[in-house]
Amino acid sequence: MYAFEYKKAASLDDAQGAFKDADDGTYMAGGMTLIPTLKQRLAMPSDVIDLGGIAGLSGITVDGSAVTVGAMTCHADVAASAEVKNAIPALAYLASLIGDPQVRNRGTLGGSIANNDPAADYPGAVLGLGATVHTTAREIAADDFFTGMFETALEEGELITKVSFPIPEKAAYQKFPNPASRYSVAGAFVAKTGDGVRVAITGAGPTVFRATEMEKALEGSFSADAIAGISIPADGLNADLHASAEYRAHLIGVMAKRAVADCA
Amino acid sequence: MNISMTINGKEHSGEVEPRTLLVEFLRYQLGLTGTHVGCDTSQCGACTIHMNGKSIKSCTLLAVQADGQDIATIEGVADADGTLHPMQEAFRDHHGLQCGFCTPGMIMSALAIVDRHKGEDISEETIREELEGNLCRCTGYHGIVKAIAAGAKAMQGGA
Repeated sequence: MYAFEYKKAASLDDAQGAFKDADDGTYMAGGMTLIPTLKQRLAMPSDVIDLGGIAGLSGITVDGSAVTVGAMTCHADVAASAEVKNAIPALAYLASLIGDPQVRNRGTLGGSIANNDPAADYPGAVLGLGATVHTTAREIAADDFFTGMFETALEEGELITKVSFPIPEKAAYQKFPNPASRYSVAGAFVAKTGDGVRVAITGAGPTVFRATEMEKALEGSFSADAIAGISIPADGLNADLHASAEYRAHLIGVMAKRAVADCA
Repeated sequence: MNISMTINGKEHSGEVEPRTLLVEFLRYQLGLTGTHVGCDTSQCGACTIHMNGKSIKSCTLLAVQADGQDIATIEGVADADGTLHPMQEAFRDHHGLQCGFCTPGMIMSALAIVDRHKGEDISEETIREELEGNLCRCTGYHGIVKAIAAGAKAMQGGA
Protein backbone atom coordinates (compact mmCIF):
# COMPACT_ATOMS: atom_id res chain seq x y z
CA MET A 1 0.00 0.00 0.00
CA TYR A 2 1.08 3.55 -0.68
CA ALA A 3 0.94 5.80 2.36
CA PHE A 4 -2.24 7.80 3.00
CA GLU A 5 -3.80 9.90 5.71
CA TYR A 6 -6.57 8.20 7.68
CA LYS A 7 -9.57 10.03 9.03
CA LYS A 8 -12.38 8.44 11.01
CA ALA A 9 -15.45 10.54 10.33
CA ALA A 10 -17.77 11.25 13.25
CA SER A 11 -20.71 12.37 11.12
CA LEU A 12 -21.78 12.73 7.49
CA ASP A 13 -20.82 16.44 7.58
CA ASP A 14 -17.45 15.54 9.03
CA ALA A 15 -16.88 12.96 6.28
CA GLN A 16 -17.87 15.33 3.49
CA GLY A 17 -15.71 18.08 4.99
CA ALA A 18 -12.71 15.77 5.11
CA PHE A 19 -13.38 14.70 1.52
CA LYS A 20 -13.48 18.33 0.38
CA ASP A 21 -10.26 19.15 2.21
CA ALA A 22 -8.38 16.18 0.80
CA ASP A 23 -6.31 16.40 -2.40
CA ASP A 24 -7.60 13.06 -3.60
CA GLY A 25 -9.72 11.53 -0.88
CA THR A 26 -11.69 8.32 -0.91
CA TYR A 27 -14.44 7.12 1.37
CA MET A 28 -14.20 3.70 2.99
CA ALA A 29 -17.33 1.77 4.02
CA GLY A 30 -16.55 -1.88 4.81
CA GLY A 31 -13.31 -1.74 2.86
CA MET A 32 -13.79 -5.16 1.29
CA THR A 33 -12.96 -3.80 -2.17
CA LEU A 34 -10.97 -0.72 -1.21
CA ILE A 35 -8.38 -2.40 1.03
CA PRO A 36 -7.48 -5.13 -1.52
CA THR A 37 -7.28 -2.39 -4.18
CA LEU A 38 -4.92 -0.35 -2.00
CA LYS A 39 -2.84 -3.44 -1.23
CA GLN A 40 -2.36 -4.06 -4.93
CA ARG A 41 -1.38 -0.41 -5.40
CA LEU A 42 -4.18 0.02 -7.90
CA ALA A 43 -5.26 3.21 -6.12
CA MET A 44 -3.28 5.96 -4.44
CA PRO A 45 -5.68 8.17 -2.46
CA SER A 46 -4.20 10.98 -0.38
CA ASP A 47 -6.78 10.38 2.34
CA VAL A 48 -8.96 7.45 3.36
CA ILE A 49 -12.10 8.66 5.13
CA ASP A 50 -13.58 5.87 7.24
CA LEU A 51 -17.38 5.94 7.46
CA GLY A 52 -17.42 3.14 10.07
CA GLY A 53 -17.86 5.44 13.05
CA ILE A 54 -20.87 7.41 11.86
CA ALA A 55 -23.94 6.68 13.94
CA GLY A 56 -27.29 5.98 12.32
CA LEU A 57 -26.06 4.64 8.98
CA SER A 58 -26.78 1.00 9.67
CA GLY A 59 -29.97 -0.82 10.45
CA ILE A 60 -33.03 -2.23 8.78
CA THR A 61 -36.61 -0.94 8.95
CA VAL A 62 -39.62 -2.56 7.36
CA ASP A 63 -43.01 -0.94 6.88
CA GLY A 64 -46.01 -2.03 4.84
CA SER A 65 -44.55 -1.04 1.51
CA ALA A 66 -40.74 -1.04 1.74
CA VAL A 67 -37.63 -2.48 3.31
CA THR A 68 -35.16 0.29 4.09
CA VAL A 69 -31.55 -0.66 4.69
CA GLY A 70 -28.95 1.78 6.04
CA ALA A 71 -25.92 2.27 3.80
CA MET A 72 -23.45 0.86 6.35
CA THR A 73 -25.53 -2.25 7.12
CA CYS A 74 -23.36 -5.31 6.54
CA HIS A 75 -24.41 -8.17 4.29
CA ALA A 76 -24.51 -10.62 7.22
CA ASP A 77 -27.15 -8.50 8.97
CA VAL A 78 -29.37 -8.34 5.87
CA ALA A 79 -28.93 -12.08 5.24
CA ALA A 80 -29.88 -12.95 8.85
CA SER A 81 -32.71 -10.44 9.30
CA ALA A 82 -36.01 -12.14 10.07
CA GLU A 83 -37.82 -8.99 8.91
CA VAL A 84 -36.08 -8.96 5.52
CA LYS A 85 -36.61 -12.71 5.10
CA ASN A 86 -40.29 -12.16 5.74
CA ALA A 87 -40.79 -9.09 3.53
CA ILE A 88 -38.37 -9.72 0.62
CA PRO A 89 -36.82 -13.19 1.03
CA ALA A 90 -34.92 -12.75 -2.26
CA LEU A 91 -33.05 -9.76 -0.80
CA ALA A 92 -31.89 -11.71 2.27
CA TYR A 93 -30.95 -14.64 0.02
CA LEU A 94 -28.95 -12.39 -2.30
CA ALA A 95 -27.03 -10.95 0.66
CA SER A 96 -26.26 -14.49 1.87
CA LEU A 97 -24.55 -15.28 -1.45
CA ILE A 98 -22.02 -12.44 -1.30
CA GLY A 99 -18.41 -13.50 -0.68
CA ASP A 100 -17.99 -15.54 2.50
CA PRO A 101 -19.04 -15.11 6.16
CA GLN A 102 -16.02 -12.96 7.07
CA VAL A 103 -16.56 -10.67 4.08
CA ARG A 104 -20.31 -10.45 4.83
CA ASN A 105 -19.44 -9.30 8.36
CA ARG A 106 -17.64 -6.24 6.95
CA GLY A 107 -19.00 -5.50 3.47
CA THR A 108 -21.86 -3.01 3.26
CA LEU A 109 -24.80 -2.27 0.96
CA GLY A 110 -23.70 1.34 0.39
CA GLY A 111 -20.13 0.33 -0.38
CA SER A 112 -21.25 -2.32 -2.83
CA ILE A 113 -23.54 -0.13 -4.89
CA ALA A 114 -21.28 2.96 -4.77
CA ASN A 115 -18.47 0.79 -6.16
CA ASN A 116 -20.81 -0.78 -8.77
CA ASP A 117 -18.57 -3.70 -9.62
CA PRO A 118 -20.12 -5.36 -12.69
CA ALA A 119 -20.03 -8.71 -10.88
CA ALA A 120 -21.51 -7.48 -7.59
CA ASP A 121 -24.87 -8.85 -6.43
CA TYR A 122 -26.55 -5.90 -4.74
CA PRO A 123 -26.98 -3.82 -7.92
CA GLY A 124 -29.27 -6.66 -9.09
CA ALA A 125 -31.61 -6.20 -6.12
CA VAL A 126 -31.52 -2.40 -6.31
CA LEU A 127 -32.40 -2.33 -10.02
CA GLY A 128 -34.58 -5.45 -9.97
CA LEU A 129 -36.79 -4.11 -7.19
CA GLY A 130 -36.77 -0.53 -8.50
CA ALA A 131 -35.29 0.70 -5.24
CA THR A 132 -34.60 4.31 -4.30
CA VAL A 133 -31.06 5.30 -3.28
CA HIS A 134 -31.08 8.04 -0.64
CA THR A 135 -27.98 10.22 -0.47
CA THR A 136 -26.76 13.25 1.41
CA ALA A 137 -28.09 15.39 -1.46
CA ARG A 138 -31.14 13.69 -2.97
CA GLU A 139 -33.07 10.55 -3.82
CA ILE A 140 -31.97 8.62 -6.91
CA ALA A 141 -34.14 6.04 -8.68
CA ALA A 142 -32.39 2.73 -9.34
CA ASP A 143 -32.93 3.16 -13.08
CA ASP A 144 -30.80 6.34 -12.96
CA PHE A 145 -28.20 5.20 -10.43
CA PHE A 146 -25.98 2.67 -12.22
CA THR A 147 -24.40 4.49 -15.15
CA GLY A 148 -21.50 2.27 -16.25
CA MET A 149 -18.71 -0.06 -15.19
CA PHE A 150 -17.71 1.10 -11.68
CA GLU A 151 -19.70 4.28 -12.42
CA THR A 152 -22.77 5.65 -10.66
CA ALA A 153 -24.83 8.84 -10.63
CA LEU A 154 -23.15 9.87 -7.36
CA GLU A 155 -21.46 13.28 -7.54
CA GLU A 156 -18.02 14.03 -6.05
CA GLY A 157 -18.28 13.71 -2.28
CA GLU A 158 -21.95 12.63 -2.25
CA LEU A 159 -22.68 9.82 0.20
CA ILE A 160 -25.36 7.14 0.19
CA THR A 161 -27.32 7.11 3.45
CA LYS A 162 -29.86 4.33 2.83
CA VAL A 163 -31.71 2.36 0.18
CA SER A 164 -35.47 1.74 0.14
CA PHE A 165 -36.58 -1.46 -1.56
CA PRO A 166 -40.32 -1.56 -2.42
CA ILE A 167 -41.83 -4.88 -1.33
CA PRO A 168 -42.77 -6.87 -4.46
CA GLU A 169 -45.49 -9.48 -4.86
CA LYS A 170 -42.79 -12.02 -5.64
CA ALA A 171 -39.07 -11.88 -6.31
CA ALA A 172 -36.13 -14.23 -6.73
CA TYR A 173 -32.42 -14.04 -7.45
CA GLN A 174 -30.38 -16.69 -9.17
CA LYS A 175 -26.73 -16.40 -10.04
CA PHE A 176 -24.00 -18.50 -11.54
CA PRO A 177 -21.17 -17.76 -9.10
CA ASN A 178 -17.53 -17.86 -9.96
CA PRO A 179 -16.54 -21.00 -8.03
CA ALA A 180 -13.60 -19.29 -6.30
CA SER A 181 -14.67 -15.70 -5.66
CA ARG A 182 -18.45 -16.18 -5.55
CA TYR A 183 -18.82 -13.07 -7.69
CA SER A 184 -21.62 -13.30 -10.21
CA VAL A 185 -20.58 -14.58 -13.66
CA ALA A 186 -24.20 -13.94 -14.58
CA GLY A 187 -27.18 -13.41 -12.32
CA ALA A 188 -30.84 -12.55 -12.71
CA PHE A 189 -33.03 -10.72 -10.20
CA VAL A 190 -36.70 -11.08 -11.15
CA ALA A 191 -39.47 -9.16 -9.38
CA LYS A 192 -43.22 -9.18 -9.96
CA THR A 193 -44.66 -5.94 -8.63
CA GLY A 194 -47.94 -4.05 -8.81
CA ASP A 195 -46.36 -1.91 -11.54
CA GLY A 196 -45.17 -4.80 -13.68
CA VAL A 197 -42.27 -7.20 -13.94
CA ARG A 198 -38.61 -6.20 -13.60
CA VAL A 199 -35.66 -8.35 -14.62
CA ALA A 200 -32.18 -7.09 -13.67
CA ILE A 201 -29.05 -8.84 -14.91
CA THR A 202 -25.80 -8.74 -12.91
CA GLY A 203 -22.32 -9.94 -13.75
CA ALA A 204 -22.84 -10.28 -17.47
CA GLY A 205 -22.51 -6.71 -18.74
CA PRO A 206 -20.33 -3.70 -17.91
CA THR A 207 -22.98 -2.73 -15.38
CA VAL A 208 -26.29 -4.15 -14.15
CA PHE A 209 -29.05 -3.79 -16.78
CA ARG A 210 -32.71 -4.63 -17.32
CA ALA A 211 -33.70 -7.40 -19.71
CA THR A 212 -36.67 -5.53 -21.15
CA GLU A 213 -37.68 -8.18 -23.67
CA MET A 214 -37.97 -10.70 -20.83
CA GLU A 215 -39.97 -8.21 -18.76
CA LYS A 216 -42.51 -7.80 -21.59
CA ALA A 217 -42.83 -11.55 -22.07
CA LEU A 218 -43.28 -12.11 -18.34
CA GLU A 219 -45.97 -9.44 -18.15
CA GLY A 220 -47.88 -11.48 -20.74
CA SER A 221 -47.36 -14.74 -18.90
CA PHE A 222 -45.33 -15.02 -15.70
CA SER A 223 -43.68 -18.37 -16.33
CA ALA A 224 -40.24 -19.71 -17.19
CA ASP A 225 -41.69 -20.95 -20.50
CA ALA A 226 -42.59 -17.39 -21.49
CA ILE A 227 -38.91 -16.42 -21.68
CA ALA A 228 -37.56 -19.75 -22.91
CA GLY A 229 -37.39 -18.53 -26.53
CA ILE A 230 -35.69 -15.21 -25.79
CA SER A 231 -32.01 -15.13 -26.63
CA ILE A 232 -29.85 -12.32 -25.31
CA PRO A 233 -27.29 -10.97 -27.80
CA ALA A 234 -23.68 -11.45 -26.72
CA ASP A 235 -22.70 -8.06 -28.15
CA GLY A 236 -21.40 -5.79 -25.42
CA LEU A 237 -21.39 -8.43 -22.67
CA ASN A 238 -18.25 -9.04 -20.61
CA ALA A 239 -15.67 -11.50 -21.84
CA ASP A 240 -12.78 -12.46 -19.56
CA LEU A 241 -10.93 -15.50 -18.27
CA HIS A 242 -14.03 -16.59 -16.34
CA ALA A 243 -16.47 -16.73 -19.27
CA SER A 244 -16.91 -15.59 -22.87
CA ALA A 245 -19.64 -13.13 -23.83
CA GLU A 246 -21.53 -15.92 -25.63
CA TYR A 247 -21.44 -18.12 -22.50
CA ARG A 248 -22.67 -15.23 -20.36
CA ALA A 249 -25.49 -14.56 -22.84
CA HIS A 250 -26.56 -18.17 -22.48
CA LEU A 251 -26.29 -18.06 -18.67
CA ILE A 252 -28.56 -15.01 -18.51
CA GLY A 253 -31.39 -17.06 -20.01
CA VAL A 254 -30.76 -19.97 -17.66
CA MET A 255 -30.54 -17.81 -14.54
CA ALA A 256 -33.63 -15.79 -15.50
CA LYS A 257 -35.69 -18.94 -16.06
CA ARG A 258 -34.55 -20.34 -12.71
CA ALA A 259 -35.40 -17.08 -10.96
CA VAL A 260 -38.88 -17.00 -12.51
CA ALA A 261 -39.41 -20.63 -11.50
CA ASP A 262 -38.33 -19.71 -7.94
CA CYS A 263 -41.03 -17.03 -7.81
CA ALA A 264 -43.77 -19.62 -8.26
CA MET B 1 -1.15 7.05 14.90
CA ASN B 2 -1.54 5.69 18.41
CA ILE B 3 -4.13 2.95 18.73
CA SER B 4 -5.31 0.75 21.55
CA MET B 5 -7.60 -2.21 21.67
CA THR B 6 -8.64 -5.10 23.87
CA ILE B 7 -7.12 -8.35 22.64
CA ASN B 8 -8.16 -11.57 24.35
CA GLY B 9 -9.27 -9.53 27.35
CA LYS B 10 -6.03 -7.54 27.69
CA GLU B 11 -5.39 -3.93 26.73
CA HIS B 12 -2.77 -3.40 24.05
CA SER B 13 -1.60 -0.24 22.36
CA GLY B 14 0.94 0.79 19.79
CA GLU B 15 2.01 3.27 17.17
CA VAL B 16 1.04 2.40 13.60
CA GLU B 17 0.96 3.95 10.15
CA PRO B 18 -2.55 4.36 8.69
CA ARG B 19 -1.66 1.67 6.12
CA THR B 20 -0.67 -0.93 8.74
CA LEU B 21 -2.99 -3.92 8.52
CA LEU B 22 -4.47 -5.35 11.70
CA VAL B 23 -2.73 -8.68 11.06
CA GLU B 24 0.63 -6.88 10.77
CA PHE B 25 0.00 -5.08 14.06
CA LEU B 26 -0.91 -8.36 15.77
CA ARG B 27 2.01 -10.35 14.41
CA TYR B 28 4.90 -7.94 14.08
CA GLN B 29 4.22 -5.39 16.79
CA LEU B 30 2.52 -7.49 19.44
CA GLY B 31 4.15 -10.84 18.61
CA LEU B 32 0.78 -12.59 18.40
CA THR B 33 1.88 -14.85 15.58
CA GLY B 34 -0.93 -17.38 15.92
CA THR B 35 -2.92 -15.37 13.38
CA HIS B 36 -1.44 -16.29 10.00
CA VAL B 37 -1.10 -14.57 6.66
CA GLY B 38 -1.83 -17.03 3.89
CA CYS B 39 -2.97 -15.48 0.63
CA ASP B 40 -2.98 -11.84 1.79
CA THR B 41 -5.89 -11.27 -0.64
CA SER B 42 -8.97 -11.86 1.61
CA GLN B 43 -9.56 -15.34 0.28
CA CYS B 44 -7.88 -18.01 2.41
CA GLY B 45 -9.06 -17.05 5.90
CA ALA B 46 -5.83 -17.99 7.72
CA CYS B 47 -5.92 -14.49 9.23
CA THR B 48 -9.46 -14.86 10.64
CA ILE B 49 -9.98 -13.24 14.03
CA HIS B 50 -13.05 -11.92 15.85
CA MET B 51 -13.79 -8.23 16.20
CA ASN B 52 -16.65 -7.46 18.58
CA GLY B 53 -17.69 -11.10 18.33
CA LYS B 54 -17.81 -11.26 14.51
CA SER B 55 -15.34 -13.24 12.40
CA ILE B 56 -13.36 -11.06 10.02
CA LYS B 57 -10.21 -11.28 7.93
CA SER B 58 -7.47 -9.30 9.65
CA CYS B 59 -5.49 -8.97 6.40
CA THR B 60 -8.32 -6.83 5.08
CA LEU B 61 -8.74 -4.43 7.96
CA LEU B 62 -6.53 -1.48 8.84
CA ALA B 63 -5.16 -1.60 12.36
CA VAL B 64 -6.58 1.91 12.90
CA GLN B 65 -10.07 0.56 12.17
CA ALA B 66 -9.68 -1.76 15.16
CA ASP B 67 -8.82 1.12 17.49
CA GLY B 68 -10.99 0.83 20.60
CA GLN B 69 -12.52 -2.47 19.50
CA ASP B 70 -12.67 -5.87 21.19
CA ILE B 71 -10.46 -8.42 19.40
CA ALA B 72 -10.19 -12.17 19.93
CA THR B 73 -7.38 -14.21 18.38
CA ILE B 74 -6.40 -17.87 18.48
CA GLU B 75 -4.08 -17.15 21.43
CA GLY B 76 -7.10 -16.46 23.61
CA VAL B 77 -9.01 -19.64 22.80
CA ALA B 78 -7.31 -22.19 25.09
CA ASP B 79 -7.35 -21.78 28.87
CA ALA B 80 -4.44 -19.93 30.48
CA ASP B 81 -3.10 -23.24 31.84
CA GLY B 82 -2.91 -24.69 28.32
CA THR B 83 -6.06 -26.79 28.50
CA LEU B 84 -7.41 -26.86 24.97
CA HIS B 85 -10.81 -25.43 24.09
CA PRO B 86 -13.35 -28.15 23.11
CA MET B 87 -13.12 -26.97 19.50
CA GLN B 88 -9.34 -27.33 19.50
CA GLU B 89 -9.66 -30.73 21.13
CA ALA B 90 -12.12 -31.76 18.41
CA PHE B 91 -9.68 -30.74 15.66
CA ARG B 92 -7.06 -32.99 17.29
CA ASP B 93 -9.47 -35.89 17.72
CA HIS B 94 -10.91 -35.78 14.20
CA HIS B 95 -7.81 -35.11 12.13
CA GLY B 96 -8.90 -31.53 11.50
CA LEU B 97 -5.39 -30.45 10.63
CA GLN B 98 -2.30 -31.68 8.89
CA CYS B 99 0.30 -28.94 8.33
CA GLY B 100 -1.61 -26.63 10.66
CA PHE B 101 -1.20 -23.42 8.72
CA CYS B 102 -4.92 -22.81 8.16
CA THR B 103 -5.89 -24.11 11.62
CA PRO B 104 -6.02 -20.84 13.61
CA GLY B 105 -8.35 -19.35 11.00
CA MET B 106 -10.38 -22.56 10.85
CA ILE B 107 -10.84 -22.57 14.63
CA MET B 108 -11.86 -18.90 14.69
CA SER B 109 -14.36 -19.53 11.87
CA ALA B 110 -15.61 -22.67 13.63
CA LEU B 111 -16.29 -20.70 16.80
CA ALA B 112 -18.15 -18.09 14.73
CA ILE B 113 -20.28 -20.82 13.14
CA VAL B 114 -21.21 -22.16 16.58
CA ASP B 115 -22.02 -18.64 17.74
CA ARG B 116 -24.27 -17.98 14.73
CA HIS B 117 -26.22 -21.20 15.33
CA LYS B 118 -26.58 -21.18 19.10
CA GLY B 119 -28.78 -23.99 20.32
CA GLU B 120 -29.14 -25.53 16.86
CA ASP B 121 -28.05 -28.88 15.55
CA ILE B 122 -25.52 -27.67 12.96
CA SER B 123 -25.70 -29.68 9.74
CA GLU B 124 -22.72 -30.76 7.68
CA GLU B 125 -24.10 -28.66 4.84
CA THR B 126 -24.15 -25.54 7.02
CA ILE B 127 -20.58 -26.14 8.16
CA ARG B 128 -19.34 -26.62 4.60
CA GLU B 129 -21.22 -23.56 3.36
CA GLU B 130 -19.94 -21.35 6.17
CA LEU B 131 -16.33 -22.48 5.66
CA GLU B 132 -16.48 -20.76 2.27
CA GLY B 133 -13.97 -18.18 3.48
CA ASN B 134 -11.34 -20.63 4.77
CA LEU B 135 -9.04 -22.66 2.56
CA CYS B 136 -7.16 -25.82 3.57
CA ARG B 137 -4.72 -27.39 1.13
CA CYS B 138 -3.98 -30.56 3.13
CA THR B 139 -6.99 -32.28 4.57
CA GLY B 140 -9.66 -32.10 1.88
CA TYR B 141 -11.89 -30.55 4.58
CA HIS B 142 -13.50 -33.81 5.64
CA GLY B 143 -11.71 -33.97 8.99
CA ILE B 144 -12.29 -30.27 9.57
CA VAL B 145 -16.03 -30.59 8.97
CA LYS B 146 -16.23 -33.58 11.33
CA ALA B 147 -14.16 -31.72 13.92
CA ILE B 148 -16.41 -28.66 13.82
CA ALA B 149 -19.55 -30.79 14.16
CA ALA B 150 -18.02 -32.59 17.16
CA GLY B 151 -16.61 -29.38 18.65
CA ALA B 152 -19.99 -27.68 18.34
CA LYS B 153 -21.68 -30.58 20.15
CA ALA B 154 -19.05 -30.51 22.90
CA MET B 155 -19.49 -26.74 23.32
CA GLN B 156 -23.25 -27.14 23.53
CA GLY B 157 -22.73 -29.69 26.30
CA GLY B 158 -23.50 -32.79 24.25
CA ALA B 159 -19.95 -34.26 24.01
